[in-house]
Amino acid sequence: MNNTQKKTRRTIDIVNQSLARRYRAERRFRLYGISAIVVSLAFLAFLFVAIAANGASAFWQTYVKLDIHFSPDTLRQASLATADYQGLVKKSLRNMFPEVKNRRDKRQLYGLASPGASFQLRKIVLDNPQIIGQKRSIWVPADDDVDMLIKGHIKREGPEESRRLKDKQLAWIDQLIAEEKLEKRFNKTFFTVGDSREPELAGVWGAVMGSFFTLIVTLLLSFPVGVAAAVYLEEFAPKNRWTDLIEININNLAAVPSIVFGLLGLAVFLNFFGLPRSAPIVGGLVLTLMTLPTIIIASRSALKSVPPSIREAALGVGASKMQMVVHHVLPLALPGMLTGTIIGMARALGETAPLLMIGMVAFIVDVPAGLTDPSTALPVQVYLWADSPERGFVERTSAAIMVLLAFLITMNATAVFLRKRFERRW
Amino acid sequence: MSPTTLMLVLLGLSTVGYYIGRRQAFAVAGPTRKVQELHSRPTYYGALTALWCGIPALLLYSFWLAGEDTVIIQLLVAQLPENIRTLPDVELKLLLNNIRNLVSGNIVSGEIDATQRAAADHYRSLKATSQAALAVVTISTTILATLLVRSRIKATLRARNHVEEIIKYVLIACSTIAIFTTIGIVLSVLYEAIRFFQVIPVTEFLFGLEWSPQMAIRSDQVGSSGAFGAVPVFLGTLLISAIAMVVAVPIGLMSAIYLSEYASLRFRSYAKPLIEILAGIPTVVYGFFAALTVAPFIRETGTVLGLDVSSESALAAGLVMGIMIIPFVSSLSDDFINAVPQSLRDGAYSLGATQSETTKQVILPAALPGIIGGVLLAVSRAIGETMIVVMAAGLSANLTINPLKTVTTVTVQIVTLLVGDQEFDSPKTLAAFALGLLLFFVTLILNVIALYVVRKYREQYE
Repeated sequence: MNNTQKKTRRTIDIVNQSLARRYRAERRFRLYGISAIVVSLAFLAFLFVAIAANGASAFWQTYVKLDIHFSPDTLRQASLATADYQGLVKKSLRNMFPEVKNRRDKRQLYGLASPGASFQLRKIVLDNPQIIGQKRSIWVPADDDVDMLIKGHIKREGPEESRRLKDKQLAWIDQLIAEEKLEKRFNKTFFTVGDSREPELAGVWGAVMGSFFTLIVTLLLSFPVGVAAAVYLEEFAPKNRWTDLIEININNLAAVPSIVFGLLGLAVFLNFFGLPRSAPIVGGLVLTLMTLPTIIIASRSALKSVPPSIREAALGVGASKMQMVVHHVLPLALPGMLTGTIIGMARALGETAPLLMIGMVAFIVDVPAGLTDPSTALPVQVYLWADSPERGFVERTSAAIMVLLAFLITMNATAVFLRKRFERRW
Repeated sequence: MSPTTLMLVLLGLSTVGYYIGRRQAFAVAGPTRKVQELHSRPTYYGALTALWCGIPALLLYSFWLAGEDTVIIQLLVAQLPENIRTLPDVELKLLLNNIRNLVSGNIVSGEIDATQRAAADHYRSLKATSQAALAVVTISTTILATLLVRSRIKATLRARNHVEEIIKYVLIACSTIAIFTTIGIVLSVLYEAIRFFQVIPVTEFLFGLEWSPQMAIRSDQVGSSGAFGAVPVFLGTLLISAIAMVVAVPIGLMSAIYLSEYASLRFRSYAKPLIEILAGIPTVVYGFFAALTVAPFIRETGTVLGLDVSSESALAAGLVMGIMIIPFVSSLSDDFINAVPQSLRDGAYSLGATQSETTKQVILPAALPGIIGGVLLAVSRAIGETMIVVMAAGLSANLTINPLKTVTTVTVQIVTLLVGDQEFDSPKTLAAFALGLLLFFVTLILNVIALYVVRKYREQYE
């Protein structure tokens, strides 16, 4: 009796029975895997698309064409630097719309041109005083509200009180467009000037220079020191407690939150050594301490990949240990070290938190010219603009992010290229 | 001579020293005797001269500059009239600050009287004297050292060994910077934190349930008395980190499994670097994205579902942070899954297990210690992450675990307390250092455990 039952329920039957379920589970598992990858890649794509869609319009800026009469009455030779250029802009706007009479309307009318227009006129006159007495058509930046309207970021509809641009202003803008006195042009300002409170006058150049000086300090300090430390630990250090301690320390420092390095910079460099606040040199020092572990770890693995036969050959022909390292091992490990350094620099370029701690977060209009000038950095500029309430700064934030990402991509591409070009399998 | 030009002059002298040393070596070798008879190659004699010429002068230079200001101020104070010298410390500091500003041509606060002007002139003359003295001392040191080394260059001088010895000490000095950084972090943060704990008891900081660091400036002001109970801040940090890990661990782990067990080499070679781009994007970009896109989206979805979602909800910050951490989890897990020996897989397949069963029942248990280490590293990363939460999470410390509400984190509080005006005598500013100390130790402990686990695991299969 048992025998017959056994015959009908063989193990293979049980296996076969569950097979469909197990294959379903298999397919499900695969699906989870592929969807995890798809989710992360989709997010990556979404992030890039969102930033690009937001920021692309910032590379264009609306300009208004004004007929300026550089009248000799306002511009007297003695005080060209302090003359009433704003008055010239206002007069030209009044001439364009002679029907505007009452004071409130006039103020609204003047609001169409950016406050930067008068600086532009001042520069023109100071560069070329012969222009006084002549009439010229000059394109000046429009106010950020006009710019936002032209780009479609603020709506024409809705009750007038809650709108940034009033009905009359909209009518004037339409008239200007019809007369072809309002158009979008490439936004050169964005790439050539420092920060400003007015979105249409704000640029990233100050922040780019700040980042540049900061990274120069970081590179000059962290590359030699990092390589030296790696060479000592890999080639010379005896295996003992002390070197173990150094190793553990380096590995830990690589995982310490970056903001803690900012606290260190604040307490040690600013309060103890009295270095200037907001200066690229302090930023560079802090970022050096932060990137050193990365560079040391990368350099050590580059040194490790140089085969021992090279060392033995060098020692065999009578080189001293130092000569062996400097003449033979270092040149072979250098591409790997450079790759690690570039990746470390890219990380330092994107780092914001420690720079906030040492005061590189101030509103700074001037483009820094040296290591001790107050300055911001590119990611800090992004943070500052992201906090600004004006609508015009939203697109400028995205545009600044695009500039930052462009630098990062270039650096990482260089690192990948170096690795591909010089990587050697022994 | 300004310090920068002096530095350049010293470097120039050092270069000159190199050539002097090398020429001397050739001269010692002489026209008839051959260079081979020198102990080292002539360049080593040059290098030795250059090092002896440069290093003492540079050390002197840096010590001088570090101590210069203190000495000048002391001399200056000694010269000030009696009634100013006896001023209380704070006022004296203010006055000195004014004098410094006068010297550097900055804007000066308050009235400037004749004494201040005289003091500023005095400061300027002291500074000029000091710089002149520094130039004379360092330049004469370099010249003396060069002459000394030059006179000692002989055929038997072991120049190469000396140079290598000096370089080795330089290398050792560079490798200890990591230790000094750690010591620096601990000491600087600890020092300010202890000052904080002198005002606010440790127990109140660690177990207090209310956090409102704004202190009244005068004692009769109403409202803010300042409360420094850090529990809501910790809870907020943990909440956001937990949300981040809920996002990052499954996605990261599953992508690692797919990439190492299922994907073709070609797919892997594209997908892996793409996912790692996520780790390379600056956190400020994530923060902007979270605040501009994700938070409003979550808020609107919540409104549609009839939920009350705060505009700076923990959920938005946590989600975006989770995305940022995916690559950390996935690349570490990937390493560990790849480290599991092929024989284990083959064994499971030969028993008839499907690929997913092999992964779940053989590979994951084998790789688990490593994966846990990786996850711990990711947690420490999430706790210390700053920009995303600064831009997307709130400032008010709510004692809640509702992810739709606003919470604040340790890093947000550090940033808000330290950006802007800092008063290093008020608990408000010092509280940032207490939080920093805590952050440092929590992440340190997590890192030590994680690195230990990872190292043990690596050894297991080697």
